[in-house]
Formats: sequence, structure tokens, C-alpha cells
Amino acid sequence: MNANVSLTTPAVSVAIEGVNLSYGDNHVLKDVNLSIEPGEFFAFLGPSGCGKTTLLRLIAGFNQADTGRVTIGGQDISRLPPWKRDVGMVFQSYALWPHMSVRRNVAFGLEERGVKRAEIERRVEAALGLVGLGHLAERRPSQLSGGQQQRVAVARTVAVEPKVLLLDEPLSNLDAKMRVQVRRELRDLQQRLGLTTIFVTHDQEEANSICDRIAVMNDGIVQQVGTPMELYERPANLFVAGFLGTANILKGRVVGSGAERSFEIEGGVKFPIGDGAAVPDGAALVFRPQHASLVEPAGSQEGALSLPCVIANREFLGASVRYGARIGSAEVAVDMPFQSGRELFEVGSEARLKLAPGSLHWLSA
Amino acid sequence: MTAVPATPSRALAATPGQIALALAIAAFLLVFLVLPVATVIYVAFTEKGTSTFTLVNFYDFVRTELFMRSLWNSFYVSAMSVVWASVLALPLAYLTTRFAFRGAAIVQTLGFLPLIMPPFVGAVAMQLFFGRNGSINLLLDDWFGFKIDFMEGLNGVIFVQSVHYFPFILINLSAALRNIDRAMEEAAQNLGSSGFRLFRRIVFPLALPGYLAGASLVFVKVFDDLATPLLLNVKDMLAPQAYLRVTSIGIADPMGYVISVVLIVASVLAMWLSALALKGRDYATTQRGGGGLARRVMRPHEAVLGYGVVILILALVLAPHLALLLLSFATIWSFSPLPDAYTIAHYGRVFGESSLYIKNTLIYAAIAGGIDVVLGVAIAYLVLRTKLVGREWLDWMATAALAIPGVVLGIGYLRTFYGITLPDGTPLAALWITIVMALAIRRLPYALRACHAALQQISVSLEEAAENLGATKARTVRRIVVPLMTGGILAGFVTSFATAAVELSATLMLVQSNSDAPLAYGLYVFMQSAAGRGPGAALGVVAVVLVAACTFLSHLIVERSQKAKGMGH
Repeated sequence: MNANVSLTTPAVSVAIEGVNLSYGDNHVLKDVNLSIEPGEFFAFLGPSGCGKTTLLRLIAGFNQADTGRVTIGGQDISRLPPWKRDVGMVFQSYALWPHMSVRRNVAFGLEERGVKRAEIERRVEAALGLVGLGHLAERRPSQLSGGQQQRVAVARTVAVEPKVLLLDEPLSNLDAKMRVQVRRELRDLQQRLGLTTIFVTHDQEEANSICDRIAVMNDGIVQQVGTPMELYERPANLFVAGFLGTANILKGRVVGSGAERSFEIEGGVKFPIGDGAAVPDGAALVFRPQHASLVEPAGSQEGALSLPCVIANREFLGASVRYGARIGSAEVAVDMPFQSGRELFEVGSEARLKLAPGSLHWLSA
Repeated sequence: MTAVPATPSRALAATPGQIALALAIAAFLLVFLVLPVATVIYVAFTEKGTSTFTLVNFYDFVRTELFMRSLWNSFYVSAMSVVWASVLALPLAYLTTRFAFRGAAIVQTLGFLPLIMPPFVGAVAMQLFFGRNGSINLLLDDWFGFKIDFMEGLNGVIFVQSVHYFPFILINLSAALRNIDRAMEEAAQNLGSSGFRLFRRIVFPLALPGYLAGASLVFVKVFDDLATPLLLNVKDMLAPQAYLRVTSIGIADPMGYVISVVLIVASVLAMWLSALALKGRDYATTQRGGGGLARRVMRPHEAVLGYGVVILILALVLAPHLALLLLSFATIWSFSPLPDAYTIAHYGRVFGESSLYIKNTLIYAAIAGGIDVVLGVAIAYLVLRTKLVGREWLDWMATAALAIPGVVLGIGYLRTFYGITLPDGTPLAALWITIVMALAIRRLPYALRACHAALQQISVSLEEAAENLGATKARTVRRIVVPLMTGGILAGFVTSFATAAVELSATLMLVQSNSDAPLAYGLYVFMQSAAGRGPGAALGVVAVVLVAACTFLSHLIVERSQKAKGMGH
């Protein structure tokens, strides 16, 4: 990629205010409010059908909201047709026009804007240079690999110098190896252009690795907005906890009080929790597999949270070993670092589960 | 594939049975397709009565003013038919695929209607409405004092052919428009394009292959058609000239053959040009979930205009059917907008003395359809499931029949099989079975495509599972492949049957006695005289009903078999 070229325009903010959208009885977006900073790489993350693509298409003008508005750089664009919005979208299928060469594809948006011929030529070269495909300008899209097509789609979009860049699952049609490479390229490109970018994905790893902030969506509702670390460390609810990484979720209720206060999970097993932690009613205890550990049953019983368990299954993951530990009727995942020579717990054997008090997270169930 | 594995894999195995089958098919195609066509070409290039190579026949063709005018007329009529068929098809395709159009399904269905009426039947019916003294012109004359020459000379042929064949463009163009990925259009809008520019730069180029496929088909069909110009009494076109030369001067006269060669060359050229134009343009752009362009709601004035255009076109499309129906019940219909009185006597005559035509048609079309599906299944199987050397040749040979006009095949059969006589002295060409063979060859490409598609949808692993459990290849075909293909085979049969039932171009040449004549021939004979027009129309209605019922049936079969196999969406 050529680092000397700049297609930069001043970055703008994007705000989505009180947006609702229904298809008949199907309420697809429910009171969505988001504020995206200038130059930010922002992700809409969620399972399929959560409304993330609908929201992106709403910003591009392909869907109309029932209520609310979308502003770009403070200007309300809700009533503008797609061709007047100046937001560049890279489609999931790339949508490269098969009857045009790569050059004609990239030039299209500039031609529609009435840019002068010499200027078009310069900017097409610049955009293709930016994605490192200047040498393939005369090819047809069908003669390119998936990764190259993806880059042409990006070049076509940034060539018009849009105010905002929208990426609709841009990596989903690539193989695993290309995906990692292309996502770095996308991040790199976004940094150099300083372009406010919204990225739609269902893959948490993609969002975590390249985005500044993420809006986790489910069922048409924005569940939580934050940096990848914030979302992982302090999930706002059970959905976010379960969607980002692996989480052990134990539902139960608080019994007793004072020093006797404990948390009784389904199946009757009790965790002593003391009176320090603020635990909501009808709570769930959430912890990550790597925040728990297993010790021999006869081992130390120090620390507040130490419970007898039975090893139900074992998976070797390379750097770690993941155990399924049964406590009462519940089963939790525990990751232990793998060290050669150290003995592993056998399936069926008894052990003790230890939880570091600081890593526990209470959520309402 | 150059490296041949030492172990026999299923892909490479060609059993003796398969080889025998391939040879049998090849022999059939050689005798009934290649040989007659080769004979036509041979005669065109040899001196009359000898076997000396010569170009003098072609020189004569070029020198004869009538033939050159016929060539030009055929070309002109075909090109203008494409133009007018496009004028009819474009608004229908565009309105029904791009807008939230109430009744889009009805429009698409009615758009198919002309195809179920043989064009020469339509020709007579159209005379009644649009002819010099037809209903429209009588009314025009009454009200405004002028007439329009819809049906005069070449105009009539163009008019009838474009109303008959425009569905080919409608079907292909609508499918092309529907298959454009919505993201293609959205990407353009996202980059600042809209309205007519968007249509011109993105939608139209992407739909162009579909349009060209339909347009070239219309061109070839019109160029080759014999019956319509004959019935409209237009003789200075190529196909009628070929027919008239052979029937009036005799099968020894070389000019009929020269014209045949010109017809073949024109057909092949048109198909080749369209293939060339389509090369590398197979834009199958449909992506999962994104199929079809966005449908826009029409503004009130657009809606008025849109529905107005659609109703006008549909009225035109329905006119021949209505006219035919009226004529079949009319006592006398001449110099008046509507018939004087009504009767069912014509139907009595058709089902009485003329029922022979219907019986013959059913027999011929059924045998031809049967031959077609047997050959179609066999060729599709050899092509898709074996690695037999030269198997594509069978496919190409069978498909090449598309480029052979019916009148040429008829002339070829006459010339080739007239010399061959049975023990009792009857020439082979005079037997009714020759008509059946011509029909079978003419319809084979369509049946083959249906069988090919049906077999393609069956996973090879289903057959491998049968072989794995001990079934031989032949038994696998009988117990697994054919039952799974039933829907496709039946659809292929019905299509072949229905279109063979109304074929006239080839049979016109080959019918030797009235007792062997099929329905289409009877129709043609009836329509020659004013007195025969009533019974002719009744016979035409019978033909239309027959084809319509078959088309509906085949549609039903395809849908049901897809549903049964869970292949429908």
C-alpha cells in the first residue's frame, strides 16, 4: 500500500437519535441512540438478525426510520435519498459491477459527481494505489480473487472521499487467513485516512481486534457501548457477558446475612460471599474461565471461594487446558495454563474450584 | 485430464452398455438430422443431377431479383419483429419487476399467452381485427375516415410475429432484471447515482444479456417461419420461396436447397452473433438474500401511465385469441366489426369429419415427445455422468437442431428418404412416421435441456450410495436416476408434445395424404378458403386449448415434483 497518498477530508461525527424501525409487526430497531466520534473506528456487533445491518443501511439511506433521526457532522440527513448522503458503503457482496473494469468501477462515483476527467484519473490512481491494486486497473471484477475484489470495493468507496465509511461484514466472504490480513489493512487504511468508520460484524474477534469502540446489539436493542476491554471486563448484562468471549454464568439467589451470607446456585450448592459485595436480587454470578483455577481436593482451602467439584470433561487447547468442572448440577469452564510435565486432572476425579474474589462479576439475571 | 489413474474409478468407467447407447443415439441423429441436412447442403453445391461441385446455384440465387428481395424481406421482417417485440416486452418487463405493480403476476402470465397459439393461427385471427376490412379499420373509417395498413404485406407478418414472439423477450428480460443483485443498484446510489443515469449505467447493462438472448431467439424464429407468411399470402420471403420452389417445381430443382443453405447460415450467424455478444457477460449477480431490484411505489401520474400502457399491450395480446374464438362461433364475419350471427356448427364439423386431424396430432406428438425424452435422458446421462469420449458431440448434435429451420428439415427428409422405398414400392418419405421423426428432431433440443437440468439437480452421491449397496449402473439408472428425474422428464415430454402438436414448417413438406395430416396441416388447409375459415378457427381453438392445457400441466408437474423433493424455495 502506498502511504504517500492522502484522500483525507476532515473527520465528522455521526449521531443516531431515538431511532425506531418496524417491518410490519417486526420491531427491528428499538429506540437506538448512538454517538460516534469523528475519526472513530466503530463496530455494530451482534448475532444475525440483531438489527445491525438494518441500522447501517439506515445510515446509508436504504432504510427509512419510523422515528428518530441520523445526523452526520451535525447535519440531519434523515430525509436525504441515498445518492445525496455522501456516506460510502462497502457491501458484503462487494457489489462490483461485472460489466465494468476495475478502473471504471472506481471512477463511477467520481463521474456521477461530475468531477473533471483529469481529476478522476488522478483520484482513481490514488485510490487503487491506496489498496495496492494499481496494476489490475484494466481487469474485470470476475478476474480477481476475493481479497482483491474486497479491496476494489474499498477503493471504489474511498475514491469519492465520503464523510463516513460504512463496512457491511466486509470480511465475511474471505477465508480465515485473508480475514486477519485484510482486517489489519482496513484498520491501517482507516487510520491513515482518519475517516469515521462504522463496521458491521457478527464476529467478536474482528470487532475486538480493530475497532475503537463497539456497540453490542441484540434483538434490535443496543445492549452496551464501550471499548473492547470495557465490554469484556465489565459486561452490562448477561447477553454481553456471554457474547464476548466465554463466560461462566451461575444463576441463583442470596441466602443468609452478615458473615453467613452466601450465594445459592441452582442445585443447592452455596458460595460464601460475605457481606462485602453488592449483589442484586435474582442475581447471576459471572466469571471468565481463566479467572478460576483447580486444585487437588486435599489442597489449600484458603480464600473465600473454594468449592468441591468433579471433573466432567477435558479439552486440550494448546496454551491451556479447558476443564468442565461440575458443581452440583451446574458445569463451569476452567482454563488452566498448560505446562509440559505437569500432571493434568483426570475426567471423573475430584478437585476444588478456586475463584479470585476480585474477578467475580454480579449481574441481574 | 491427461493422467489416467490405473485403478478404474467410477468417473472413467464406460460400460459396454453405455458405449452401445451412445452409438445408437449417434446413429439416430446421423440418419434423421445430419444426413438430411448434409444432403440439402450437398445438393445446393452440386450441379443439377450430377455430383460435380459448383457455385453456379448460388450465383443464380444472387442474380435472381426475387430471391434477393426475399432475402432482404426476411431480414427486414425479422429485424422489425425484434424491434416491435421489444416495444411490447420492455414496458411489461420493466414495470412488473421494478415497481410495486398490482397485478404483476397476471401481467407475466398473460404475457405468455401468445406462445400457446401457433403464429399462423394468430395470423388469420388478426386479419379479422386489424386487416384492411377488419374491425379496427372499419371503425376507424366510420369515425375518422381513414384506415391503417396493419396487415398489408410485410407489415402483417411483422405485426403477427412480434405479437406472437414478444414473450421470449419478456421472459428473458424479466428474469435478467429479477436476477440483478439489489446491492448492485444500491452501490451505485451510494456513490451518487440515481434515476435514469442509474438505469442506463447499471441496470440496463446488467440486463442486456437477458435481452439479447430473447431478441436473438425472436430473430431466428421469425426468419425461419414458413406458415405465417404463407397464410398472410406473403410469398417473397425466404422460407416461403424454399417451400414454393420444392412443391411447385419439384425436389430436383436446386434453388430450394440453395435457399435452405441461406436459411441455415442466417440462423447460425444470428445465434453465433448473440453468443459472441454474450461472451463473458454471464453476470449471475444474484447473491444470497439480495435478489431482485428494489421495487418502487409509483406516483399517481406514473401509475396512470403504467397501467394504461400495460392494458393496451395486453389488449393487443388478447386480440388474436378473442378474434379466433369469435370466428369459430361466427356464421358470417365479413365487412363488419363483429360477426353477423353465431353457431356451433363449426365445432360439430371439427369433431366430426375432421377429428382425424386431432387423432393424428395426438399420435404424432405423443410419439415425438416420447422419443425426445428417451433421447434427452440418455444424452443428459452420458454427458453428466460418464466420461465417454465424444459424449459432448451428442449434446452438440442434438442441440444443433435448433439452427435448422423446419422447412429445411422437411426438404432434407423429402430428398433423402424419397429414394428409399419399402418392399411394396412406397417411398419412406411418404410414410407418416417420417413426420414424427421430423417433429422429434425439431423438439429434441428443448426436451434435452429439460432432462439435462433435471439430472443436474440430482446429487451424484445418491447414485454412488445405490452402487455402494450393490446396484449395477443400469439398475441404478432405472431405480434411482429416472424416478428422481420424473418431474423434469414429464415437463420435457409435455413441452415437446405441445409444441410438436402445432408445428407446421416441417410437416407442410412431408404430409403426402390428407389422411396422414396433423391438426396444424388441417388448419392450414381450412384457412386457404373463405368457407373453411369457420371450421379452421374451431380447429385453432382446439389447438390453443390443447397447448394451454399441456403448458399448465407441465407447470403443475414441475412445481409438484420440486415440492416433493424439497427443492422449491
